[in-house]
Formats: sequence, structure tokens, C-alpha cells
Amino acid sequence: MTAPVDTSTTVDRPAVERNGHRGNGEAPGAAMRAAKRARTDTAIIDTDIHIYFPSPDVLRSYLSERWQEYHRTIGQRGYEGCNYPRAMPNAARHDAWPEDGTPPGSNLAFLQAQLLDEWGMEFGVLNPLVGAGYERNLDFGAAFSRATNEWQEAEWLEPDPRLRGSIIVPWEDGVQAAAEIDRWGSHPGFVHVLLIARTKEPLGRRKYWPMYEAACRHDQPIAIHFGGAGGGPITGTGYPAHYIEDHGGMPQTFQAQIISLIFEGVFQRFPSLKFVLIEGGFGWIPPLLWRMDEAWRQLHIDVPHVTEPPSEIFRRHFWVSTQPMEEPFQPEQFRQLLDHLDMDDHLLFATDYPHWDFDSPDRAFPIQLDEERRRKIMAENARSLYKF
Amino acid sequence: MSEETRIDCDIHNEVPGLEALYPYLPAHWLDYCRESAFNGPDANDYPAGAPTTAREGSQPKPDLTEIRSHALDGVDMGILNCAYRVQSVRNEDLAASLATAVNHWQVEHWLEQEPRLRASIVVPSHNPQLAAEEIDRWGGHPGFVQVVLPARAEAPYGNRRYDPIFAAAVRHDLAVGIQYGGAPGHPPTAAGWPSYFIEEYAGMAHVFQSQVISLVCDGAFERFPSLRIALIEGGFTWLPSLMWRIDKEWKGLRHNTPWVRRRPSEYMRTHLRFTIQPLDAPPDSAHLAQILDQCGGEDLLLYASDYPHRRGGPEQLLDLLSDAQRSKIFSANARELYRL
Repeated sequence: MTAPVDTSTTVDRPAVERNGHRGNGEAPGAAMRAAKRARTDTAIIDTDIHIYFPSPDVLRSYLSERWQEYHRTIGQRGYEGCNYPRAMPNAARHDAWPEDGTPPGSNLAFLQAQLLDEWGMEFGVLNPLVGAGYERNLDFGAAFSRATNEWQEAEWLEPDPRLRGSIIVPWEDGVQAAAEIDRWGSHPGFVHVLLIARTKEPLGRRKYWPMYEAACRHDQPIAIHFGGAGGGPITGTGYPAHYIEDHGGMPQTFQAQIISLIFEGVFQRFPSLKFVLIEGGFGWIPPLLWRMDEAWRQLHIDVPHVTEPPSEIFRRHFWVSTQPMEEPFQPEQFRQLLDHLDMDDHLLFATDYPHWDFDSPDRAFPIQLDEERRRKIMAENARSLYKF
Repeated sequence: MSEETRIDCDIHNEVPGLEALYPYLPAHWLDYCRESAFNGPDANDYPAGAPTTAREGSQPKPDLTEIRSHALDGVDMGILNCAYRVQSVRNEDLAASLATAVNHWQVEHWLEQEPRLRASIVVPSHNPQLAAEEIDRWGGHPGFVQVVLPARAEAPYGNRRYDPIFAAAVRHDLAVGIQYGGAPGHPPTAAGWPSYFIEEYAGMAHVFQSQVISLVCDGAFERFPSLRIALIEGGFTWLPSLMWRIDKEWKGLRHNTPWVRRRPSEYMRTHLRFTIQPLDAPPDSAHLAQILDQCGGEDLLLYASDYPHRRGGPEQLLDLLSDAQRSKIFSANARELYRL
């Protein structure tokens, strides 16, 4: 249960100076901001905000000399050969580029003005997508992860108390990932461990279990975010050709991860472990659960360690962010979808700022939800999961 | 009410062993198979003893007698889908000869023996040119109504490398069936190899979804406007959410793929059909009725037993249908798809 929210504390939050950041000269001003905010009558917690290093030098300033040199000479090496040029630079909203030329999501003041103040957000969860996790040099991946976490703490969490960070880990090395979780797990600014959906092996495999053990030790959920390349084709049937297939095909990757986590017995071994699925949408979840339950009824002898229906495990252990919000053909079908999903307490609103497929807090839902559902999804579920 | 016509769109006729193909193999490959102790494709998408592979009282590889007594009872016509995975044989000429042998075997042991049966052409789809030749070999035979491809392939089927297969299918006015399974050599997920069979089994639905995305977004239905595809044993309850998602993607990204001229869901409705087993239905039948309504299921679904695989009964679905809807799903949709 969560306490009722006094929305006035979020509506009247004073805006920070804009520093003339809005490139198109269309400063909306306080009146427009207030009008926008009035269209959302609940508290807002954004569970998916992306930040980036403004330059390689900033990253290097958090690395040891040895890894600074490595980064200058060799640089990042992930699983190459999986190149789907995105529809727009940095996959970002055109209006998300700060005037100083730094990348979208790299300038705190700009992000505060364009997102947090604009919408009167109460909290925002940062998910830095910097590539540390799928670095093939695992020791550099560990150093890069640690640098990213220190950078989050110093340049984002300390300056703005509305922001919360993600523990970045080199997830292909379960032991070093666990060490990084132990380093930050009790820091109140970090609210989950961040993985990317396309890992080298399915996440239920035991090489990842030390990471889960550490997450349980600190009661940190594990977030799985859209994206990545794990070194193999990005579908179960080879490489597709176009960015729309890469981007539109992400729910298929999430499905594979859920199947793996549940059937490989992760939740029998770690009964308190929680997962957050970010930027996969949620329309595909009900049919996945129906299929998994049917598969389990038929084939439970294959996985005797799974002792209850997969759908029950899923609804207990998984939280799901809303963006990109499903858009059914008919408005009432959205309500049907929420009924099929039956996870009103586990849906988390997210914008995906500063990316092009941003879900706006006042327009994301294709229907007008009742107030109870709105309050839960827009803020209360996140408040309860992340203990805000 | 008059008696219903029933067409079963998914019955398995599996090759009992490589020896069954010996009479149809050219001398060179026959020698090769004998010398190398080759036992046939190593795909293991239907483990012989798994509970899903055969229902009680059935064999994983039923013969014609069993099919007649167990599968054709009360059925006016049955479509055979042979899952012999010649695609997992890397020697493409051997794979092509095996496919030809399987198709000869289907004609002699099934089509010529039982007039209620129709069959699917097995092709070495990892070499589309050879696959097209195989389709041309059998395309004029009235017993073959479909080309069967495994759901898991080296690339998703929208990729233009497969165009020769679709061109041949269209040339002979054959449907193309994409069927559960396949062994292309790479992992069955975007995140590597899972440990358990149940993961691969449950995950096959997302492989079908990847195929649908590819066929639509890589323009297969623009290049082949008369192409008709049956998705076999992949479920269908995921279709509404896939339509919504890809339509939304297309709204944002269609400038990247100008050849996708219509909304993705329109291509799906026009070109795709789905067998009803496995049902993968929600526990609440009212929710299943909503799924049918969301995707217009009455025009898309094909009655199928998936014999001999073990499935839950189709009653939960059938009980929701009006007489007119039943008639479409039992036979009319199949007649149109397979030109029966």
C-alpha cells in the first residue's frame, strides 16, 4: 500500500533556469508548462531516462590511467557486425540536442528543463546506455562500469535529488558484476542493476547467477532494457535487414529472456529477486504467459524445478515499464489488454527521454484510464518498487 | 444443421528412417549415406519421447494406417506437413537429393494411397535456387498444395535470398507453410542457446513473430502480391499485440521502408493464416473471444489437429464460434488458402 500523493508538491516545483537551451526558440514559458502539467492529474515518476557521457574525456576522467590509455588506443569493443543505422542521430528527439553541441541526455540543466521541470516529475530513473556491459574485454568492462557509476553519483544524483541511478555492471562476468553491485548496493541513489536485453546467453543461465545473488543481498531489482547485441543473430531465425525489425523486434528478445529466467529456475533459487522490463511494451506478455503455462503443463518433466505455473512466477517477480505504449485498433482493446495482463500493480510509466519514440505523460495512454489505474501506473507502482 | 465439412490443416507424416528414402536416392548419395553411417538430419525439434511429440496411443512417426484410423476419422481432407529437416544438412546437394527423395516417398506412400490427403513439398530452403527447382518438380502434381519451411532459418524469410522459393510457389499457385521447428545452426533466441527443450518449445512463438515482422517489413508481400502463407504450430493469440506494435513502429519509421506501403496489420490479415493448434489460450474464454475479435480470427484461422502431437482440445475455441464462423475455420479458409 502507498500513501496518497499530494500533487501540489510536484505541480508547484520551481523550474530551474533554462540557459536558453531550447534550440527552436519556442520557449513555452510557465503558462504552457502549467497547462501541460494540468493535463496530468497524478504524480509522475519516469522510470526510463537516458543519460550519456558528454564526451570521451568525461568518461576518461573517471578511469584509472591504465584504462584511460586503453580507451584512447583500443577503445570500446562490443559484438560488432550487427549494424542497423537508426532513423535519427542518437535515436533522439530532434529537439533534445543541447545548443552546446553535446549529445542528447548529457546535459543536466537541459534535461531538467526539458523533462523534469516541464512535466513536474517527482522522480526519474536514469538508465545510462553506455556499452560498458557488453564490452568484450571484461576487465575494461568492469572499469567502465565503475566509472559510469561514479559519474552518475557525482554529476547526476548529487546535484538533483529527483534523480536515481542504475548500477552498471559487466554482466557477462557474473563475479565482477556481483562485485560492482556490492559496491553500490546500499547507496540510496541507486535503485536497480541495469542489463541490456540481448545478452550473450539467455539470462537464466547459471553464469549470471552470482549477479542475482548480489542483487538479492542488497534488495536491488534487475532491470532489463531494450537493445544490445550479444554476438549472435538478433532473432531466433537469423539477422533481419532493417532498423524497424531491430526496433520492432525487441519484444521477441524479451520473451526469450523471460522464458529463460523462469524455466531455468532462477526464482526457485532466488525467491526475492525482482526484474524490471524496460522499453519492451507489454502487449505481448499475456499471450506469452498463456503459451508458457501450456508448455509447462505439457513439459514440466523437462524442468522439475519449476513447481508452479510460469504466469504466477511472472506476475510476482516482474515489473514492466509502459513505453512504447501499445496502441490497439480500438480504444476498448487497450482496456482488454490491461485485463489480460492483470498486472495493474506492476506497470511503471516511462518516457524513454530523449529518444525519438518518447511517450509524453499526457498523451501516452490511448484511453482515459480510471484514476486508480492512472495513479498506480504514473507513480505509485514505481514508488512502491523503488521505495521512493 | 447440415453436417460440417472438416479440413485438418496439420497432420504429420514423418519419415520413419533414412532407409525409407533409399529407393529414391541417386546412387552416389545412396553410397555416401551408407558409407558414412549418416542417419538423416540432426534436428531435434520434436524429441521422440517428449510428451508434446505424441499423444497417448499414438506414435511420434505414425504410418498411414494410424493416420487413417486416428486422424482422418470425421475429416474430409487432411494436409500433411512433413518435418524432415533437410535444411540442417550442410551439404546442400545431399540436402536437395534428400528433399526430392522425401517428396517421392510422400507421393508413393501417402498421396497415391489415400485420396483424402494433400501434402507439402519439402525443400532445401538453405539453397533457395535448389529449393525452387524442387518446387518446379512437384508443382504440377495435384497432391501437393503447399511448400513447407521450418520457422527457424538462416535468415528471416522476408530476406530476398528466399525470393526464388516464393516465386516458384506463386508460379504454381501453392501456399507456403511455415512450420514449428528448424535447425539452422545458430541459437533459437536473440540471446543465445537456452538449456532446456521447454524453452525452445515455448520460444518458437517469438520466432514466428520475427518471421512475420520480416515478411512484412522486408517487402515480401509487395514483391509477391499473391503469396499466401500458413503459420503452422506457432499459436495465434499473440497476433493482435504484434499487429499493434508493428503498426506503431511503421507510423514512426515508415520513411525508412517506403516499400511497406500499407499498414503492416493489413498485410498480415491479407496474406497470413494460422493453424489453431496449439491454442495457447487464456484461461478465461471471454479473453479468447476478445483476441478473436481483435484480429478478425474467423477469417485467419485454420482447423488443425496437429496429429500426432499432444495438444489440449480445441473446444475452448470452437465453443465461442457461430455456425458461420465454424464453417470458415473448419473448411472455407482452408479451401481458399489451398485452392481445394
